[in-house]
This record gives sequence, structure tokens and C-alpha cells, in this order.
Amino acid sequence: MHPIRKKRLTIVLFLLAGVSVAVGLTTYALRQNINLFYDPSQIAEGEAPVDVRIRAGGMVEEGSVRRDPESLRVEFKVTDFTSSVLMEYTGILPDLFAEGQGVVAMGRLDGQGRFVADQVLAKHDENYMSPEVNEALEKAAGKRAAMSGAESESAVSY
Amino acid sequence: MWQIFHKLGSPKWFFGIASKLMPWLLWVGLSLLAAGIVWGLGFAPKDYLQGNSYRIIFIHVPAALLAQSVYMMMAVAGLVTLVWRMKLADVFVRAVAPVGAILTFLALFTGAVWGKPTWGTWWIWDARLTSMLILLFLYFGVMALGAAISDEKSSARAVAVLVLVGVVNIPIIKYSVEWWNTLHQPATFKLTEKPSMPAEMWVPLLLSVLGLYLIFGWLACLRMQTEILVREGRTRWVKELVQARGN
Repeated sequence: MHPIRKKRLTIVLFLLAGVSVAVGLTTYALRQNINLFYDPSQIAEGEAPVDVRIRAGGMVEEGSVRRDPESLRVEFKVTDFTSSVLMEYTGILPDLFAEGQGVVAMGRLDGQGRFVADQVLAKHDENYMSPEVNEALEKAAGKRAAMSGAESESAVSY
Repeated sequence: MWQIFHKLGSPKWFFGIASKLMPWLLWVGLSLLAAGIVWGLGFAPKDYLQGNSYRIIFIHVPAALLAQSVYMMMAVAGLVTLVWRMKLADVFVRAVAPVGAILTFLALFTGAVWGKPTWGTWWIWDARLTSMLILLFLYFGVMALGAAISDEKSSARAVAVLVLVGVVNIPIIKYSVEWWNTLHQPATFKLTEKPSMPAEMWVPLLLSVLGLYLIFGWLACLRMQTEILVREGRTRWVKELVQARGN
């Protein structure tokens, strides 16, 4: 390669490396701001500020959704499978909201570790399935659950 | 090898090759895209959770993928401009920047349309959406900077530097969903793993992605040819070409 071109190439590569390092360090320093939400473990460890508008997110725990029959108030637990946080929300939930699905909520932590949300967004995962396959999977899972349920029932003595 | 490389730099040679390639790119691309879209929108199964609204993926994913690829290609062309001072590389950057901007806008727009029923919001400042918006502004910046400097050579260098500086944004877009918590889901397709999607869904998606890439190839050739005619208007071969076509 021509020496002038070699020199230009080196300069360009230095430029690229420099910009990458600068942007890398900046985003690393700002990582807590870039993260969209706190997960339940961070809240449990006290990393999330109390009584400041923040976002919290995770999976809606199976069997934790309780609706108030009188109003639109709903309570559910959000988990990341190590810790969980109790959320409270009054309003219309997005269509995709369901137990076992991801959510991101905006709101405040009160002093007792309860998260009072004023907006709940559903977080979709990267898995796509046709309804037939899902039905078949659920049937299989239901069978397994029924079988293990029967076993544990017979094992329990009253 | 260097000979081919230098031949590539000749606008006249490129003009001829592009003319031969273009019909193939256009017709194969159009048929692939049409097949992918019709199959995806009309015949692929519904998603178990989102129902029919997921079908926007057949436009969103090809547009978003190509928007990033176009920028990567521009970055390579920018490197060639800076190191080898090849005119054709700059012609490529100028020709495709508006196309990239349109694709990025399309990805953002379809994402918003899908986000409203799925997430519950049009827009959220998460890392993926924000970095994609920065990509759109980078495309605008490239177009504006190129138009602002009238001297061809300094304009080419300035644009190339901007394109290369902006290329750090591409890995940020790609890995934003892994490095940070985002509302946007992680990638369904990974090079090393099986896609987390049945074949009846990803085959039409793949067709429309391939189709859009080919159509982009056609559009890039067409726009580059136009740019070459404008820039080389004073040379003999362009005059002869115009005369031959005129008669």
C-alpha cells in the first residue's frame, strides 16, 4: 500500500478507536440512566430511590394478580425470579398484560416497598408462536400439572 | 486484486456494470418482497399472544435491518473516501443517505404503530428506540453536511468523517437490548441459535428482508448513476452516452 494511504488509514483507525472509547466510557458512566427501569432485585437492595418517579419492570408473578371488584384497582407482584415487588395500579391495563408476561411500570416506591404505578406498559418478549402450538403446549403443561397435582395430593395426609 | 479495486473507482466502468445489474436486482427483489409480504400478511399464522398485530414485523424488521446495513455500507465507503480518495465511494454515500433515512423513519413509524396496542405507548425513551432516532438524525446530518459544503473534495471528506464517527451508534443499536433494560424485546434472530419463531413466520420474513436488500441495491445503482451523470457531465463518455440515448 502507498505510504500516504497507510498513514491516512492509521489516522482513520485512531479516530474510530478514540470515538469508540469515548462513547463507551460515556454510556458506561450513564448506564443507570440508560437503563429504562429498575428490576425487583435492585429495589430489594435499596438501589431505587423512594418517593421519586421511577420505572420498575419484570415478570408478573403467576397467581399474584388481584383485582378490586369495585374499581379498576389492581394489585400484582412483579418478579425477576430472585426478588419481587408488590405493585398497585388503578386504570386500564394493556391487552398483553397477563400473569407470566413482562411489564414496565412508571410510578413511585412508597416507604413500605410497595410500588404505586400510574402507568403500566406491557413488555413483549422475543418469542412468537402460532395459537395452535401454544394451545398444544398449554394442554401438555396442564396434563403434567394435573398429574403432579394428583401425586402431591395423595402424598399429603390430613 | 488492486486492479479490480481501481477499476471499481472508475465511474464509467461502474455505470456500465450497474446498467446490466439493475433489471435483475429490481425484478428478483420485487418478487421476493411481494412473496414475503403476501405470505406474511395473508397466510402466516397469527401470534398466540398478539394476534394479527405482530404482522407489522414483515415491514418493521426488514426496514430496521436495512437501515443499519445501509449505514455500515456508508461507513465502509467513507473509509474508502478518506484513505483512497475514490470518487465513487462518495457518490455512493450521497446516493444512499436519503434512502437510509427513509428506512429508519419507516422502522420507527411501524414500531410506534405496533407499540401502541402492544406496549400501550407510541414512544418510550429506551435505549433501542433512542439509538434508532439518533441514527435518523445521523442520516439527516450526513445529508445536510454534504449539501452545505460546495467544494466537492472537502465536502466528500467532511461527510466521510461524520459517517465514520457516527458508526459507533450501530453496535449500540444492535446491543442496546442486551446491555441495558429496555422495553423493546431482544432479537428474535441470532446467528448462533434457532429463531424463537416458527418457520411459517420466519421464512416469509426472510424473503421480504432479502427482497428489500435487492431493491435497495437497484435503488442505490439508479441514484448513483444519476449522481455520476451530474458530476461527470463534462466528460466525453457522458456526452456520447447522452447523445446515443437521445437519438
